[in-house]
Amino acid sequence: MKKLITLTVNGKSHEVAVEPNETLTDTLRYRLGLTGTKKGCEVGDCGSCTVVMDGKPVNSCLVLAMQAAGRTIETVEGLETEKGLHPLQEAFVEKGAIQCGFCSPGMILSGKSLLEKNPNPSEAEIRGAISGNLCRCTGYQKIVEAIQSVKSE
Amino acid sequence: MSRFNVINSRARRIDTPDKATGRAVFIDDMNLPGMLCGALLQSPIAHARILSIDTSAAAKLPGVKDIVTAKEAGMIKYGVSPARYDETLFCHDKVRYVGDEIAAVAAVDRETAEEALSLIKVEYEELPAVFTVEEAMADGAPQLHDQYPGNICAEVHQEFGNVEAAFAECDLIRTTTFKNKRQDAAFIEPMGCIASYDLSGRLTLYSSTQVPHYVQRTVAMVLGLDVGRVRVVKPYVGGGFGIKAAANSGEMAASLLSKRTGRPVKLTYSREQVFMFSRARHGFVHTMTTGAKKDGTLIALKHECYLDGGAYSSFGIATVYYAGSLLGGPYRLPNMKYDGFRVYNNKPACGAQRGHGGVAARAAWEQQLDMIAEELSIDPVDLRLKNMMQAGDTTCNDLNMSSLGMKECIEAVKDGSGWTSKKGKLPKGKGIGMACGFFVSGAGYPIYRSDTYHGTVVIKLTEDGGTALVYTASAEIGQGSDTTFAMIAAEALGVPLSSVRLASGDTDMGVDLGAYSSRQTLMTGHAVKEAAEDVKAQVLAVLAEELGVPAKQMDIKDGKIEFSDGEVDISALRTRYIKEHRGWTDNIEEGPLTFKEASRIAYLARGSIVGTGKYKPPELGGKFKGAAVGTSPAYGCSAQVVEVEVDMDTGHITVEKMTDAHDCGLAINKTSVEGQMQGSLSMGLGEALYEEVKFDEKGRVINADLAEYKIPTALDMPNVETIIVESDEPNGPFGAKEVGEGAIMPTIPAILNAVYDATGVRIFELPLTPERVFMALKKAKEEK
Repeated sequence: MKKLITLTVNGKSHEVAVEPNETLTDTLRYRLGLTGTKKGCEVGDCGSCTVVMDGKPVNSCLVLAMQAAGRTIETVEGLETEKGLHPLQEAFVEKGAIQCGFCSPGMILSGKSLLEKNPNPSEAEIRGAISGNLCRCTGYQKIVEAIQSVKSE
Repeated sequence: MSRFNVINSRARRIDTPDKATGRAVFIDDMNLPGMLCGALLQSPIAHARILSIDTSAAAKLPGVKDIVTAKEAGMIKYGVSPARYDETLFCHDKVRYVGDEIAAVAAVDRETAEEALSLIKVEYEELPAVFTVEEAMADGAPQLHDQYPGNICAEVHQEFGNVEAAFAECDLIRTTTFKNKRQDAAFIEPMGCIASYDLSGRLTLYSSTQVPHYVQRTVAMVLGLDVGRVRVVKPYVGGGFGIKAAANSGEMAASLLSKRTGRPVKLTYSREQVFMFSRARHGFVHTMTTGAKKDGTLIALKHECYLDGGAYSSFGIATVYYAGSLLGGPYRLPNMKYDGFRVYNNKPACGAQRGHGGVAARAAWEQQLDMIAEELSIDPVDLRLKNMMQAGDTTCNDLNMSSLGMKECIEAVKDGSGWTSKKGKLPKGKGIGMACGFFVSGAGYPIYRSDTYHGTVVIKLTEDGGTALVYTASAEIGQGSDTTFAMIAAEALGVPLSSVRLASGDTDMGVDLGAYSSRQTLMTGHAVKEAAEDVKAQVLAVLAEELGVPAKQMDIKDGKIEFSDGEVDISALRTRYIKEHRGWTDNIEEGPLTFKEASRIAYLARGSIVGTGKYKPPELGGKFKGAAVGTSPAYGCSAQVVEVEVDMDTGHITVEKMTDAHDCGLAINKTSVEGQMQGSLSMGLGEALYEEVKFDEKGRVINADLAEYKIPTALDMPNVETIIVESDEPNGPFGAKEVGEGAIMPTIPAILNAVYDATGVRIFELPLTPERVFMALKKAKEEK
């Protein structure tokens, strides 16, 4: 049976009725229309569904919507400001860090979380922070370069 | 300074701002009103006769709108190569692998669809199954397909020159056997589609595909529709790597369900289903005998190969040919004999994956070349340089290297890696290795025999003037082709990139064979260039009439009209343009005539300005059987040096550095070229060290997920140095050719050669897991 929950997504409070077995990924994608959060495996392996929950990057496919009740969620759609793309989004575009783009939302959110905790990470720290986000197109190099370029700004 | 205004630069891709912000629409992000959810019933048994299928209980489930089996779908055979159409949409007599499709359901939601699947009763009579090449070829082995006795899907026998006679003249002859493993492409977005059949009898199929054109043809053929009534539209695609280069059962099932229900049907694959569908890299066993002279001159190659094909042909006929033909270069090799066998068995079908057919063969041979170099006390770099072909050379199997920057690539990686100071001088456990490779810039012939153009392009100028709309049916699947073609259009037309808008991936826009065989930059690129030149000529022809200046004295550069023969009074045209735009604040008052003004004037004179372009390769290759596979208008090539550290106690390999040089002809977008090189290296590293699709004794994939099927993470990849080598390819648009697949060719053998340099032990089986390396080291120690 559905249950009514409230969660804050990208600074806006939402009241939604969710199934007990519904994942946060599905709530974001199908109930709130936030399709920037991707589904690549649905079992927590690929990281393309990464969102930031209460300041920590999580695989939203491993979070039940009900577990997200009362929490604060940030998705890729929440990064832009009135001035345009977030600096990390801009860096991903500028450095050629995006090919097919399916992993990019999760990758950008993992990178952003890292930079918020550690504004000056080493290359190894960057690689560690995005190691839960699989990318089959880029070989990761330009992604690492994009995150590094924001750190040095 | 570049002689170009737009291409040969580092352009921001036109698709990536949308991809960085979550705006880009992939198939599962789409919904249509009234849409149903489709799901496939797949065989749980590897080989069985189907005795009966009872869908009655499922049909009674509330919310189920349709169920289809072979009875409803019909028996039209399809596949990839028309010579081996060996699949039907649904199994009717028997199932041949775990995952073979039996039925499909359309229901109001996913839960109902899945419950309906569980209510379909299928009675099976289990048959003995075969899972390996050896089992399948054994006397009395169970047969998968009646029409292909001995489970031989395809065999190839070719000889160029005279190998046995040539061996008699060789000073050194060495034989090795090498095997890789079945791979999964592991693109991050699983396949999916939405089929929508409308009231006028037309089908629109949105699909995550590399090849809208082939999907259109196959779906139309299997459903019995006119091709003109089927439109395939590709949204953004989350990678393909070859597996999405043919129609899949989900596309056909969703289309059939939509046709029958009159409602849109979405059908997506789970990650497990991606593994069951497979169609990725074959398992190959290569036995190669190479003969050389004392001075290192390569004389002859005798090559035998067996392919673990799985239950159906898919791309397999092309694969078995490629596995032989792509060894014809890049070294001069006067004698080559190839015997290839693709063998059916009761596992999912293998197909095409990045470097189609050539990757394991290249790995096997480049390792063997290093062994020969060592025996002859020749540096591996020198052995390769000694035998290297030159631009203009033709291989013994009739592949013409119209450009070949191979020597430059080798020198670039030799210098870039510090080869000379490291080779043979690193401490035990550390090693350095190199290898070369090449690949086609588009297959010389379409998959089905046809005189079709491989790409057609339409460019229309907006009637207000100033924007060129490029329409191409080509497929942006992540490689950056949309940006490449916008850049080519802008360059050829003489306008800035911002004046071009591009739409792609829709069969209504023309014919384009799609994103496979690294064909689009060269082939679609030609068509884009021709269409842009057509549009430009039309605009200049109108200006010639209006201004009384010969068209050949005019050009368009960076959005402005240039006159080569002195000042031309353009004031009348400018006044006319401004009069058309009374009240507008951005009219140009002075300076040279702009493209925007000129294209408006052209529209006023002639109506909409539309240019067209087309491309098909000239007749290529020899006359022998299978000569078409491996032909291409041009070949990209690369050299690579890899440095590894091997833990001598555990067998664990760390790849520390990779230096790669690739000759892509003229680089259109250098950032994208590097991206293809880096991605290729990553996939090659995965295949070399980790990747293997594993099965249990019943033929079920036991690692059908991205946790147990291991692809490289950011922690596994070293920083790689990518060096772009630019030759001028006479058959490419602006001199451009491929990079997407050739770049993977040297990676695996360079790693193998580096591991040998580090350990002194040769390993002839992939992947190089710590266990396999440990056992090889242990065995070598014991033999000592």
